[in-house]
Amino acid sequence: MKFTAITGAVAAVAAMWIAGGAAGGAHAATLDDVKAAGEVKCGINTGLPGFAFTDDKGNWTGFDVAYCKALAAAVFGDPGKVKYVNLTGKNRFPALASGEIDVLSRNTTWTFSRDVDLGFTFIGVSYYDGQGFIGRTALGAKSAKELDGASVCIQTGTTTELNLADYFRSNNIKYEPVPIETNEEARKAYEAERCDVYTTDASGLAATKSTFPDAENHMVFPEIVSKEPLGPLVRQGDDQWADIARWTLNALINAEELGLTQANVDKMAVKGNNPEVNRMLGSEGSLGEMLGLSKTWAVAVIKSEGNYSEIFERYLGKDTPLGLARGQNALYKDGGILYAPPMR
Amino acid sequence: MATTALTSEAKGLEFRRLLTDERSRGIIFQLAVALGLLAFIIFIVANTLANLEKAGLEPGYGFLNDPAFFDINQRLIEYTSQSTFGRALVVGFLNTILVSSLGIIAAALIGFSAGVLRLSNNWILSRLVTTYVEFTRNVPVLLQIIFWWAILTGLPKVRDSLSIGDALFLNNRGLRMPAPILEQGFGWVFAAFIVGVVATIVIAKWAKRRQDQTGQTAPMLWIGLGLIIGLPVIVHFIIGQPLSWDIPERTRFNFAGGFNVTPELIALWFALSTYTGAFISENVRAGIMAVSKGQSEAAFALGLRPNQTMRLIVIPQALRVIIPPTTSQFLNLTKNSSLAIAIGYQDLVSIGGTILNQSGQALEVVGIWMAVYLSLSLLTSAFMNWYNNKIALVER
Repeated sequence: MKFTAITGAVAAVAAMWIAGGAAGGAHAATLDDVKAAGEVKCGINTGLPGFAFTDDKGNWTGFDVAYCKALAAAVFGDPGKVKYVNLTGKNRFPALASGEIDVLSRNTTWTFSRDVDLGFTFIGVSYYDGQGFIGRTALGAKSAKELDGASVCIQTGTTTELNLADYFRSNNIKYEPVPIETNEEARKAYEAERCDVYTTDASGLAATKSTFPDAENHMVFPEIVSKEPLGPLVRQGDDQWADIARWTLNALINAEELGLTQANVDKMAVKGNNPEVNRMLGSEGSLGEMLGLSKTWAVAVIKSEGNYSEIFERYLGKDTPLGLARGQNALYKDGGILYAPPMR
Repeated sequence: MATTALTSEAKGLEFRRLLTDERSRGIIFQLAVALGLLAFIIFIVANTLANLEKAGLEPGYGFLNDPAFFDINQRLIEYTSQSTFGRALVVGFLNTILVSSLGIIAAALIGFSAGVLRLSNNWILSRLVTTYVEFTRNVPVLLQIIFWWAILTGLPKVRDSLSIGDALFLNNRGLRMPAPILEQGFGWVFAAFIVGVVATIVIAKWAKRRQDQTGQTAPMLWIGLGLIIGLPVIVHFIIGQPLSWDIPERTRFNFAGGFNVTPELIALWFALSTYTGAFISENVRAGIMAVSKGQSEAAFALGLRPNQTMRLIVIPQALRVIIPPTTSQFLNLTKNSSLAIAIGYQDLVSIGGTILNQSGQALEVVGIWMAVYLSLSLLTSAFMNWYNNKIALVER
């Protein structure tokens, strides 16, 4: 009898494996998973001033983090329901592909191969960036083209690593690459003069420079050597989830255009005479239901951290240590290229 | 009704007998385990393939022929950003081999000397070695790697490089030294080196035979040095010095010319060899202590001097105790070299990780990693087993 019990147990376990295999193969909708988990698992940087950093209470905050909060607000109506997963340039893609995170909001450049070959869907551009170089003024170099023979710190596994190789090869410049895992380590290596210049996205350079005690001894070179449209991305194949992620970002941009702010959104949510605002905030039509969300999802999105402009100014703008101007990232109406499709 | 109950009971009995019988029971359970394992493997493979398809990834090694588009700072073979992923992996593999073999050689030397010195009668010396062994053995090797790297990057900046004779420069970007340039005719020098090695082996065999027969010894050390180093040097001068040096020169940012040993390589090499050396020294000490005291007493009684006793009597017997555990230390060192990623030394794992990131072929890259480390370990084991058999005590 005992033996049969053991055999039975073995058979049961085997059956469970097979059943588990079938269940694992089935296509589960990300939205259902997120709702079941009660939180959005959002992949962010391991630490990049302005984009993802901890405040004095130890909470993650920043431009990329604000998007995570907005997405959680869209799904749950509560921007706090986020689980942050800190990822390096190298492990961010496996984390998203394996389902460890639901969305990646980690200053990631939208490229053809990442979108097509790696099996991800970029849902838009949250920040138009380009790759630049920072170096000591004492070097006497005024341009990146004068960097022949220099040692260059780079983050491995990023597009900057590829752009760097392309740019220096096409300008016939020799250099020594010094590969480093995270922005923080790269900054330390640069400060220790392990390398002459550090290259990353211009926003990242501004962020890094803002942390130097002797910022005036460093200069960002004028060359911007690449296009780096940064934005959030999700796994390919779940269009509903991609739509939610995409329209959360679009809602933030449209909110700026329509003049909806963290402060006035509650007042505007009452049906007024602007049909576009009414549709977006749910007092008219059923955009929220089409996404599988509540009617007032966009109100929650805007209430979480404000519209695009409010988020930008709070973390990256003139009054922050980064001091970045809106530039390309201004609305199309204000001379930038930020443009979100209409909410109708 | 009664009859049916009876038959089913009889069947149950028969089945139970099948299970209580030792032979059939063994077969049944092995079969069950094998089937379970098979089901598990099928599940894993099917699940992986399904997930890959879901993610839109195609399994296969075709990506190795795609261009890499990134640069590598330490290249033992020709490599540019236009080379393929496959070639990038080879570059990383060679970097792993480089640091592992340097590490194994240094660890063996350090371990051997430390092991012998720890047994020394000199109190200060043996205490010093004990401190070294206990300290390095008990601190995680990753911390030691980062420690050495921090020290090396804390060296003087490029502009304040320490230099020896304006040819050798040490700074926080490594050690830059003159690179040899081989010119026409250097093949002869190399040939002379080979001749020297072969001649040394032949003479050593002859000397051993003569010693066995007549008891006369030959100064093999000097003969060997003369042949292996002296002969190529003489040939070098005779055919007009076909070797020149590429001396590093200061440039605006760095040095040009010569070759550079990066602080990453040095830090990794230091840390791995001192860490593993500490373990090996314990193996050596254990091996020496395992040789019975009577052996050395007998050697002294025969009039052998202490260093002869050590070299000819104790060490050969100790080696058979030392070699097997030391083999695993060599394997550990090779595998620990993958910690290189912590300081940005571009070894197989570091470059593989970049490729994984750029191409998305995670399973394939991980497969290559495992295959490479497995083969390296098996090769090292095979060599060490061969050596172990060779030095095993032959009973006559």
